[in-house]
Amino acid sequence: MDNPLDRILKQYPNTRRDNLLPLLQDIHDSLGYLSEESIIKVSQHLSLPSSKVYGVATFFDQFHFEPQAHFVIRICSGTSCHLSGSAEIMDEFKKTLNIRPGQTTRDGVFRLEEVPCLGACGLSPIVEVNGESHTGFSVQQIADLVEACKENVA
Amino acid sequence: MEKTLSDTYKDILINEVLNNPDKKFNDNTNNLLSALRRDTIDRPVIFVGKGSCGVIAGANGTYDAVKEYISARSINAELLEVGCGGFCAAEPVVEVQLPGRSRIAFQQVMADQVDHFLDQIFNNILDREKAVAQYRNQYHEPWEGIPFLDELPFFAHQKRIVLDQCGLINPERIEDYIAREGYQAFIKTIRNYTAEYLCSLVEESQLRGRGGGGFPAGKKWRSALKTASDKKYVICNADESDPGAFMDRSIMEGNPHRLIEGIAIAAYAIDASKAYIYTKAEYSLALYRLENAIQQAKEFGLLGEDIFESGFNLNIEIRKSAGAFVCGEETALISTIEGRRGMPSPKPPYPSEKGLFGKPTIVNNVETLANVPAIIHNGPQWFNRIGTETSKGTKLFSLTGKVKHTGLIEVEMGTSLQDIIDKIGGGIRNDKEVKAIHLGGPTGSTIPPQHFDTPVCFEALKKVNTLMGSGGMVILDEDSCMVDMAKFFMDFIRKESCGKCIPCREGTLRIHEILENITRRPEHESGHQTLERFKGVMQLEGLAEVIRDTSLCGLGKTAPSPVLSTMKWFRHEYEEHIFDRKCKAGVCKQLRSFYIDVDKCTGCMICAKKCPVNAIIGSEKKPHFIIDEKCIGCGICLDVCKFNAVYVK
Repeated sequence: MDNPLDRILKQYPNTRRDNLLPLLQDIHDSLGYLSEESIIKVSQHLSLPSSKVYGVATFFDQFHFEPQAHFVIRICSGTSCHLSGSAEIMDEFKKTLNIRPGQTTRDGVFRLEEVPCLGACGLSPIVEVNGESHTGFSVQQIADLVEACKENVA
Repeated sequence: MEKTLSDTYKDILINEVLNNPDKKFNDNTNNLLSALRRDTIDRPVIFVGKGSCGVIAGANGTYDAVKEYISARSINAELLEVGCGGFCAAEPVVEVQLPGRSRIAFQQVMADQVDHFLDQIFNNILDREKAVAQYRNQYHEPWEGIPFLDELPFFAHQKRIVLDQCGLINPERIEDYIAREGYQAFIKTIRNYTAEYLCSLVEESQLRGRGGGGFPAGKKWRSALKTASDKKYVICNADESDPGAFMDRSIMEGNPHRLIEGIAIAAYAIDASKAYIYTKAEYSLALYRLENAIQQAKEFGLLGEDIFESGFNLNIEIRKSAGAFVCGEETALISTIEGRRGMPSPKPPYPSEKGLFGKPTIVNNVETLANVPAIIHNGPQWFNRIGTETSKGTKLFSLTGKVKHTGLIEVEMGTSLQDIIDKIGGGIRNDKEVKAIHLGGPTGSTIPPQHFDTPVCFEALKKVNTLMGSGGMVILDEDSCMVDMAKFFMDFIRKESCGKCIPCREGTLRIHEILENITRRPEHESGHQTLERFKGVMQLEGLAEVIRDTSLCGLGKTAPSPVLSTMKWFRHEYEEHIFDRKCKAGVCKQLRSFYIDVDKCTGCMICAKKCPVNAIIGSEKKPHFIIDEKCIGCGICLDVCKFNAVYVK
């Protein structure tokens, strides 16, 4: 019974539909993604059809349905970052990693994401790698960053 | 960080300060409050600005370095973290207050500079390059030759009501807030006012919702109060998903207690016992500080059951948004809290009659609620005197884009847009020409320079076809392309449209497609493609109007406004893109024309070899030329040229 999934479900006894999102968020935080099993278990727990649970989960950008990569590279494409050249940075990342935003590299090391705004517009453009922000990022830094990450995994 | 307070300390604050209607304190209490306000200090205090923007700039490293410096030298000094003062360009900001001297702010103190910096300041030497400003305080001796904070142009033209304590107090400690008259308004309310009277006070103040629409807050509250129900709810809409806006986040990080007090007062006004704060999951620091603040308020008996023996109960729960732009719309937000897909539903019934779980619910923006304690504290007439005829109070903006000083600002309603750019923003960076102001995020609209004398006021902005919006203000200069801007926003909306109404779901997709077409270099000039392009442009305006008129929620209704407003004011740019295939600003990559400077070109052949379409001709050691008709505008020649001979026009 030491399954993290069961542990989380236990924290929400006798719960109703309005706790669906917090429940999914907790599972997502602990597993890194929402597995098929977790969707089914949540729907049983809340006595909801699993299609409804899946429907709610897919509505939101935050949830992923496949395991997470080692490094999640998030590139801010907010207004301010866009003006300071985030599109170019995104293009270069796409070329370097050979994936598109929302995809993970085959080896599972990198995932590329485009995020609306990280809220530090005064310091744009911003690239976030696993939650750590790089401000005033430039295209020239990409090669070094990718190399450093690869070394870190090896 | 001290999370729990010693009981005596807490007792004094509860019994002597909060439970004391006539505010006559004994010496003991006065001393405590004065110390908490840092009016009188017996040891140096160092404040590190740790808002999200500061943290991103490196404030965590600075904070740790200061901590290490103090403990390594066993200096008796207090180290505090404060929220964001709003001056983003100067982060990380460190402020130092020596006993008897004014608190002084230093900009861009990075971790590796801390040792040297603190050595200097503790020996009373000022690093004048880093010093920005000092705080005005009658008890403190000012530093010579350093301007006061209110003398800096960035601050001098602002009027800070909501933000007055952001960056000043420690957001993680309730006693700092109480020492500055915090929660007094709430206690006054539950002791002396009926819900009815409270609603009329807010109505009298003419406070209008700051989320964008400008609906009178008091009217909304009264409507919920009048609806009979066993349960009612207050929802604080802090789902700030407009890219480029960070007003709500700064309030939650800089002064979370202010927001909680506002929510508590609103809950009392409609007799609700449960409130939700709905905010972005990305705002980890804000979430942490809010949770901490709610916990502290509970310990002080300001939340929970039978608050200060008034019989009023209130619990506040934080709900994390899972990231969807449309959830800023109140009905969509409500269905998200209920655990459904965040899709809007038709109004009426308005949420104030039938909202969350079918019960009367008021949904207010963070900024609106943060205004409330000040209104109750100073009275509605005081608030009434600030601002314009129809728009009272102040408005927060996150000022970004091409101005010199970016950051979080709060201005009195009625301040002209020109003043915001010139006086607060310090003009345009690199002496460029300003082109436009974009207000209100992706669903906002653009204002051209000829209307920059428009004051910040709901009605005046409506006259130039603009909504106030939630407070994102982006300044564009001559290097920005308006078509690209519109395309960028349509791309955002097309992804964020929830898909319920067809005009919004399909229409925004088509608008984006048309704009893509305009900004793309045509593969060939003749035939079908050209016709399609012209047809598309002709239909653009009609399409935009259909989306605006037939969508259900605020997102759809305002979705085409970036296109409509740029087409209205910057039609020549659209025409330039369509007819001349030129982007003057050089933003639309595919429309760039490349030329080779014959004087600089050495004839090395690199560009000719790299050109994917063989558009560059020339023989070895002779200047090369680009055939414009063949060029696809990829820009590779520009990147590979070692002699800077390739230029864009």
